[in-house]
Amino acid sequence: MSAARSGPPHTDLSGSALPPLPTLGGSTLRNPPETGAARRWMDAEVVAVRRESATTSTFRLALPVWEAHLPGQHYVVRLSAADGYRAERSYSIASPPEDAGHVELTIERLADGEVSPYLHDEVRVGDTLTVRGPFGGWFVWRGTRPALVVGGGSGAVPLMAMLRHARAARGAGRQVAEIRAVASFRDEAHVLYAGEWGEESTVVLSRQDSPGGRPAGRLGVADVEGPLAQVLAAASPERPLEVFVCGSTPFAAAAEQLLARAGSPTEALHVERFGPSAPQG
Amino acid sequence: MTRPSPFVGRRQREPRLPPGQYDVGSDYPVLTAEATPNVSLDTWTFTVDGLVERPTTLTAAELRALPRSRWEGDIHCVTTWSKLGTSFTGVSLDSVLALAGVAPAATHALSWSSSGYTTNLPVADVTGGRAWLVWEHEDRPLTTEHGGPVRMLVPHLYFWKSAKWVAGIRFLDHDEQGFWERNGYHHRGDPWREQRYAGDE
Repeated sequence: MSAARSGPPHTDLSGSALPPLPTLGGSTLRNPPETGAARRWMDAEVVAVRRESATTSTFRLALPVWEAHLPGQHYVVRLSAADGYRAERSYSIASPPEDAGHVELTIERLADGEVSPYLHDEVRVGDTLTVRGPFGGWFVWRGTRPALVVGGGSGAVPLMAMLRHARAARGAGRQVAEIRAVASFRDEAHVLYAGEWGEESTVVLSRQDSPGGRPAGRLGVADVEGPLAQVLAAASPERPLEVFVCGSTPFAAAAEQLLARAGSPTEALHVERFGPSAPQG
Repeated sequence: MTRPSPFVGRRQREPRLPPGQYDVGSDYPVLTAEATPNVSLDTWTFTVDGLVERPTTLTAAELRALPRSRWEGDIHCVTTWSKLGTSFTGVSLDSVLALAGVAPAATHALSWSSSGYTTNLPVADVTGGRAWLVWEHEDRPLTTEHGGPVRMLVPHLYFWKSAKWVAGIRFLDHDEQGFWERNGYHHRGDPWREQRYAGDE
């Protein structure tokens, strides 16, 4: 890479120092991931395909070149046609970095999509997929700061990577910061990783009353207040809170606003949005 | 076991699409990494500093007094969507830089936003009619989620190089990574060379 990570001081023409520019992310960037090396395309073997919900499956890949990822990162999948045409899409990693040699990508089948219907309808165990990664240095949780993670639909995928990492690391006797998850789905048929959301998690259904008694409805302030209070209590000046929001643009915009109303600090927020800008029916 | 069918794809024979990109049609996705700030046009300013002859800060009214410039063309997001045949209205960044006078020593710039977002650009990519400050998209005021009241437009590079809620540009004698460049993305981001991630050719 030709660009320096932190260059010489900024000056005006007379050589006087200028005030530093504002820096999004602040202290998290003091320890940036090793992103300088190129991630090359490689052929990964599909070793398992697991149905997660009515519209979503997890593809487990064995990688010839494996690198421990950070929970929240993604891989890019490339499909190539015989005439050289190709399409690429990014998919969040669902598995924890403790799962050496493999990554699991949870992919929703979008009926009008170009890539996801092919993956769902044609790709079988034993096939190879061209992929590269892991990518992403912002929407990542290193396990060192308390985190509230909020996801809608497929936006729950990186949340599960974070939870699985926390559990695996604790299981191995390592220290991990507090984490709370709030995951929102349409109804029970669309819940991802059913049975895997533990005591640290709140599952919200938007179009169906929950077994726990919550009436159907979109994510609200009341759904995030409790988890937010728990992670705020674990935060300190040395280990400030991180808040991760992942989902469609309408979901992310709504979650961002209600988190602010619940008292979540603006500077803690990491957002990952995907899909069309307009609400889907 | 039947073998899978070969991938065919949508086969968009669209010469305006760079490699690996698809046409998003009339949609205009929103991609933002941070909290969306509320920036009022009444208090918005744009500052040019660093290696310039005359450090300059413009208000929105002063910006709008410069010659209007409408850009029509295609924009390309690194997440693989492209929006073809769109338009933005504002002023050429050249008009603003003429007021400040970029010094010959300047090789790179960092544009920055009120959210703390930054992105780096070689001087050659923000001069010579290649960059704009815009406040209208397809003849309507730029919405906050798309970077309003005023954003940068550097349409020949991936769109993360076009800072939303832009508040200034600083000229430097060296290249310095901005937000996404620190977080794994390419330092220049030419969509026709598919410079998506750090380390890509």
